Amino acid sequence: MITTSDLTKVYDKTVVVDHVSVSLPDAGVTSVIGANGAGKSTLLSMISRILDADAGLVAVDGLDVFNAPSREIAKRLSILRQETHMTARITVREVVEFGRYPHSRGRLTAECVHKVDEAIAYCDLGEFEQRGIHELSGGQRQRAFIAMVLAQDTRYVLLDEPLNNLDMPHATSVMKLLRRLADDHGKSIVLVLHDINYASVYSDRIVAMKDGVIAADGPPESVMNADTLESIYGMRFSVIDLDGDRIAAYFR
Amino acid sequence: MRRPSVLIGALSLLAIGAAALFLTWGVDGHWDFALPRRAQQVAALVVVGTAIAVSTVIFQTITRNRILTPSIMGFDALYVLLATSVVFFLGSATAAAIPPLTMFLIRACLLMVAATLLFRLVLGNGKRGLYTLVLVGVIAGTFFSSLTSFMFRVMDPNEYDSLLSTLFASFNAIDTTLLGIATVLLALGIGAAYWLGPQLDVLTLGRDRAVALGINYQRTLTMLLLVIALLVSVSTALVGPISFLGLLVANLAYQLTRTYRHAVNLTVAALLAVLALIAGQALLQHVLHFNGTLSAIINLVGGVYFILLLVKESRK
Repeated sequence: MITTSDLTKVYDKTVVVDHVSVSLPDAGVTSVIGANGAGKSTLLSMISRILDADAGLVAVDGLDVFNAPSREIAKRLSILRQETHMTARITVREVVEFGRYPHSRGRLTAECVHKVDEAIAYCDLGEFEQRGIHELSGGQRQRAFIAMVLAQDTRYVLLDEPLNNLDMPHATSVMKLLRRLADDHGKSIVLVLHDINYASVYSDRIVAMKDGVIAADGPPESVMNADTLESIYGMRFSVIDLDGDRIAAYFR
Repeated sequence: MRRPSVLIGALSLLAIGAAALFLTWGVDGHWDFALPRRAQQVAALVVVGTAIAVSTVIFQTITRNRILTPSIMGFDALYVLLATSVVFFLGSATAAAIPPLTMFLIRACLLMVAATLLFRLVLGNGKRGLYTLVLVGVIAGTFFSSLTSFMFRVMDPNEYDSLLSTLFASFNAIDTTLLGIATVLLALGIGAAYWLGPQLDVLTLGRDRAVALGINYQRTLTMLLLVIALLVSVSTALVGPISFLGLLVANLAYQLTRTYRHAVNLTVAALLAVLALIAGQALLQHVLHFNGTLSAIINLVGGVYFILLLVKESRK
C-alpha cells in the first residue's frame, strides 16, 4: 500500500498540493482526475520522489520514499511521465532494458532478458524492437516507455497523463493494456487522466482533486454523477448510463 | 549496426601508429636525445587528450546536450583563477616554497570543491534550458578570467612572474614535472568514470527517469562533477586551457558509435582526442614547422564547429 500523510507542495506561496492524506491500494486501477492545476501531477511526482515535498510523508510498503534507498523504491514503484526530448540514439529494446536497471544495475541477467522480452511482447513492440526511439510515432514511443515500466516489474505503476497526444485507437489500447496489467498481474496502476470517461470505464476507483485537496474519492459509480463532477470542474455535466458504463457529456 | 570493438580497435591502431610516427620522425640518429623527450610529449598528449575527452562526455551527459563542455562553462578559467588566488593570497615567497607537486594537488582540490559546489547550484535539478546554461557559462568564464587579470594587475611583478611560468603551459611547453602525478589522477578519474558508466547510461534518459530507475541523482551528480573537475585540473595543469577539443571529439565519437553506452563513447572519444593531438602535433612540428599553434588550430576548427552546432540547434 502507498500512503501519503499531509503531503504538501508550495510554489511561490501558491499551495499546489495541500495536506493530502490518501492510501492507494495494492491492486487495481486508480485514476486521478481534476482540472488543470488541481495538483494531480504534482501529487504523483511527489509520491514517486521525483519532486521533493515541502511537508508530509509518503510510504510505499512502509518505506519512506524520500529517505529510503532510491533503488529499493525503484523495485517497488515505477513512474511514467510525459515524455521529454532525448538526443541519444536508443533503440526500443534498449529503452525497455533500462527498466531492469534497479534490479541489475546495467548487467542484464537471464531473468532480465526474459522480462524484457515479455514486456516487448505485451506492448506489441516486437517489430519495432531494433528501431531508434526517435523514429517512432508518438503512440509507439509511449508504448515503448510503458514497456520499460513493465520491465521494471514493480507492484505500483504510476502514470502521469499516459494518453497525452494519443489518438483514440492508441488511447484505448493503452487503457486496455493497463487494465490487463492490473487484472492479469495483480499490479496497482495509478494514473492521472484528463478524459473522465476513460477514468469511468477502466478504473476501480477515482480520486478527484480540486485546488490541491481531494474533492471526491470512490468507485466510478459514486464519483461519476452530475453534481459531484460539477463540484470538481465547476461546469455542467450530464451523466448517462451506457451499457453499464457511466459516461459524462460536457460539450454544451 | 557498427561493432564498437572494431571501431575501438581501428582507432587504437591509428593512435599507436601516430605515436610511433611522432616518436621516430626525423630523429637523424640522435635517439638518446630525441626519444625520451618525445616519449614524454606523447605521454602528456595521451593524458591531456583522455582527460579532456572523458570530462566532456560526462559533462554533456549530465547537462543533456552536445554543445556545452567543461571548458565552455568556465571550468578551466576557474582553475586558472584558483591557481592565481593561491599565489595572490599566500604571496609569492610562501607559494614558491610549496613544491610544484603539492601546489598542483592544492589547485586540483580547490577546483574540485569550488566547481562541484558551483555547478551543483548552476545545474540545479537538471531542468535548466540549454541557453540558460550557455549564458551562465559565458558569464562565469568571463568573470573568472576578468578576476584573474585583475589579480595579475594588482600583483607584485615577482609574483606575477612566478605564476606565469607555472600557469601558462602549452603544447610546446608541456609541464612535464607534473606528468607522473597527472597520470595517477587521470587513472583515478577514468576508473571512476567507467565505474559510474551504467549510471551515466541511465542519466541519458533525463533526471526524472533516472530517479524513477533508482539513481540517487544528487549524489551521482556530485561524484560526476568531482570527476570532471579532477580531469580538468589534469589537462589544464599540463597544457593550459583548450576550449574546443572536447566538443570536437565528443561529437565525432557520438557520430561514429551511434550508441548511448558510455563504456563505448568514453573510449572512442578518448582515442579520437589522443589521435588528434598526436597527429596534429606531429604535422605541426614536422610538416608545417609551426610553433605553439596547436591549440590555436584546435580552437579555430572547434570554434567554427561550435557555432555550427548552435545554429543547427536553434533551427530545431
